[in-house]
Amino acid sequence: MNYISSDLKVVGTRPIRPDGVDKVTGRALFSADTRSAGMIWGKIKRSPHAHARIVSIDTSKAEALPGVRAVVTSADFPEISSEMAFVGEGPMNFRDLSDNIMARGKVLYEGHALAAVAATTQAIADEAIALIDVVYEVLPHVIDVDEAMRVDAPVLHADMFTTGVNPKPATPSNIAKVVTFKKGDIDAGFAAAEVIFEDSYTTKPVHQAYIEPHACLATYNPDGQVTIHASSQGHFMIRAYTAKLLGIDMANIRVNPAEIGGGFGGKTLIYLEPVAVALSRKSGKPVKMQMTREDVFRASGPTSGASVTVKLGAKKDGTIVAAQQVLKFQAGAYAGSPIGPGCMCGFAMYDIENIDVLGYDVVSNRPKVAAYRAPGAPISSFAVECAVDDLARMLGMDPLALREKNAAVNGTKTHYGPTHANIGYTQVLEATRAHPHWKAPLAEGHGRGLAVGFWFNIGGESSATVHVNEDGSVVVATGSPDVGGSRASMGMMAAEVLGIDISKVRATIADTASIGYTFVTGGSRVTFATGMAVTQATEKVVEQLKARAAQTWDIPVDAVEWRDGKAYPAGTNAGAFEPLDLAAIALKQARTGGPINSEVSINAQGAGAGFGAHICDVAVDKETGKVEIIRYTAIQDVGKAIHPSYVEGQIQGGAVQGIGWALSEEYIYNDKGLMENPGFLDYRCPVASDLPMIEAVLVEVPNPRHPFGARGVGEVPIIPPMAAISNAIKGATGLRMPDLPMSPPKVRAAMDAAL
Amino acid sequence: MSKSHVTTTINGEAAEFLCETQQTLLDVLRDVVGLTGAKEGCASGDCGACSVLIDGTLVCSCLVLGVEAEGKSITTIEGIAQGDHLHPIQQKFLEHAALQCGFCTPGLIVATKALLDENPNPTETEARYWLAGNLCRCTGYDKVIRAVMDAAAVMRGETV
Amino acid sequence: MPKVVLSSGSASLELTGGVTAFEVEATSFRRLILELEARFPGLGHQVEESMAVAIDGEIFQDAYGVELRPESEIVLIPKIGGG
Repeated sequence: MNYISSDLKVVGTRPIRPDGVDKVTGRALFSADTRSAGMIWGKIKRSPHAHARIVSIDTSKAEALPGVRAVVTSADFPEISSEMAFVGEGPMNFRDLSDNIMARGKVLYEGHALAAVAATTQAIADEAIALIDVVYEVLPHVIDVDEAMRVDAPVLHADMFTTGVNPKPATPSNIAKVVTFKKGDIDAGFAAAEVIFEDSYTTKPVHQAYIEPHACLATYNPDGQVTIHASSQGHFMIRAYTAKLLGIDMANIRVNPAEIGGGFGGKTLIYLEPVAVALSRKSGKPVKMQMTREDVFRASGPTSGASVTVKLGAKKDGTIVAAQQVLKFQAGAYAGSPIGPGCMCGFAMYDIENIDVLGYDVVSNRPKVAAYRAPGAPISSFAVECAVDDLARMLGMDPLALREKNAAVNGTKTHYGPTHANIGYTQVLEATRAHPHWKAPLAEGHGRGLAVGFWFNIGGESSATVHVNEDGSVVVATGSPDVGGSRASMGMMAAEVLGIDISKVRATIADTASIGYTFVTGGSRVTFATGMAVTQATEKVVEQLKARAAQTWDIPVDAVEWRDGKAYPAGTNAGAFEPLDLAAIALKQARTGGPINSEVSINAQGAGAGFGAHICDVAVDKETGKVEIIRYTAIQDVGKAIHPSYVEGQIQGGAVQGIGWALSEEYIYNDKGLMENPGFLDYRCPVASDLPMIEAVLVEVPNPRHPFGARGVGEVPIIPPMAAISNAIKGATGLRMPDLPMSPPKVRAAMDAAL
Repeated sequence: MSKSHVTTTINGEAAEFLCETQQTLLDVLRDVVGLTGAKEGCASGDCGACSVLIDGTLVCSCLVLGVEAEGKSITTIEGIAQGDHLHPIQQKFLEHAALQCGFCTPGLIVATKALLDENPNPTETEARYWLAGNLCRCTGYDKVIRAVMDAAAVMRGETV
Repeated sequence: MPKVVLSSGSASLELTGGVTAFEVEATSFRRLILELEARFPGLGHQVEESMAVAIDGEIFQDAYGVELRPESEIVLIPKIGGG
């Protein structure tokens, strides 16, 4: 059923989330909060080198240390054959995943795991780690993407031959893949252009920087059954990858989802769980592991650093007739950067006849990248949105007018193939033009920037169960970990369909043994896909409730209708019965057929694409080069906001992560390829005093494929900030900052150079 | 290695524990006392997820030793609510949806308590600077600041 | 007949021998994959494992049952993930 045009009573309101009290009282159990009787501590030995051959590992001294219960190396893990898997942001090879959690033969980045111990205390485990003797043959390393692509660069993988080029290369390189997307005739496009703008841009690697470090508690029983408590964006993902990497049947692994302290894409992969299981198997004890913040920075998934060029050709009236982009993305130590979506997203907001995009997926001696909000798109759009802004200046056009003139609409064929359908970009641009921020006068010395962003959003596999309790209250369970308040929206959709108050519905997350398979909480898919499963499961419960009422009244089921939480006889012909509410029907459930439940598992298709536009005002301190965000407005088509507060929160949080990417966050490497700032003091995330309020404007163009019209929300807001800020700085200073982060020293240097 | 015996007060109740001298107060609270509301986000005093009050002063419990609790009064997130009656700060965090994942929330609430105990009528800027030691990666701080300002107004008796 | 368009770079084009657009007789996503595999060995497998399909503008991943209309335009693109 579709409720888009219905009069909604619950969806669109702002109830308190069901897990809220646990989270404001400290009772909520996150990954590291779980304990088990007899538990011991696991720690990982990590590479101090960016690139080295492992000559030997001697664990004998560590094993002899009193209190040490187990030591493992790659020899304790089965060799995995090359097999592609689709993880958080794209295809990844299981062999690489295995190698990433426990290095075989070579270490490929500083922090690469190569051994692990389990001991009775953390202090003994630390001591044992130091006692493991590793002999390395240090190899030349490469970090930067442009350097990694050079023919004389140190090669990470002797078996990596670039795919996507013809003929196939005869020698290995660090270029894993070349991808191209073409539309029209790019040469003819530029030949027809009256104005051409071209520039180059770089972005630094940044980390998702969820505040909760990775942690888990694993128990391997003598009968081969495994229990894992861990936070992640998908406990079914943990089960699948742990099973694969250790050669265990999935039926023997049960993963309990702990509360998750932020993910943003970074917890769609595993690092610790197979190691903890291996240590537990060897020691016979439950093993707890948790990363330090340094481990998180050095060894878990950041996103790509990149180098991008953009060339735009336009008519004098502002019609963009040709657009070209070359993107080079760091994948980290193994193939699989988000180069595909990077190539697809940059020009997806535009209707341009001739487009040519070329992308490179490049390995270098950095941790393997993991998904980070709209993977690839922020990098691509930073470059394109800066270039579009400079093109507007060349043309003497208002930057919003240039975007309006070339905006993609329903029916626009994208350069990657599909034709846009059911998009709300026009409405986003209208809301931008109408917003007071866009019209507000600018203070002396301030600059205003605009940038837009696009993300596909995804659906995928989700399961949901709905149980009517004996007293008529309702439990909704799904397989989707709640990273940002999704329990509330799941419960709200069920309450809406049932026609009851949200306080009568409790939404929970079931473990891998208690509900059907559910893909990760990622790609902003939960409200869309899992919400669709919840809605369908609730509708099946309503059908049962009607059938039970029909039995009770002894009338045909089609003579019963359900509204406002009660069964009513459908019209006078059906008979004169008092309406039955959930409690009344549940009271008689034993007599009418037993418990009232339903489970629905789906593979949701038709996630509506999302578009956003951000407006940003900045002031630039001429003494220090510090950029201050004065005012920030983020406008986005969200389809339908199920719980508007959490929709706004996604937009505000995404925008601020983008502000950090723009102004202060970066991995800093020394000449040995070692990260110099693996802590929150030196890796500078935005803090409260760096920011103004972030105004989130919700544009609601319903997605016809979702029962309530919802679209994914969480990806789009991280895309526009970097360019919006660079464009604002240009407005304030006249200077283009094409390299991220636009940190005070860089801005100051650019101002000095311009004197 | 013999352990130290520490006599202290935790959330208004007399308490004693044994700890190693090098153990941080955070580790003692979590691993010895069993109060896991304070979180470890960095162990270097940069993220504020482990914030607690010692004799009313806001500290990162990862930078304090367990033995330093001797004779002091410790307040953790578990001691902010009065029984089943949420503190106005907790209530306003819920009403304003000032949390998404909720991991930084205990630290933010404890830090807000310290702010409002010291300055019942902070400006938005004062609140932002006071909370600059508490990292939140989900919310962008907008709703957090709104919750803090609203809680302050309630505690001053201006609104409910 | 539904028309298939390849625009995801030369990885798939290697399998099609450079052919970028062609028609297939298929009424469902599953039939389409079988047809692709029959016509260009390896392509059906590639689409199934690592690609998504945009049917008349809407992106589908792993959905055998989706119906194709005679005038459908089917574009093969890389699979989409997210954060």
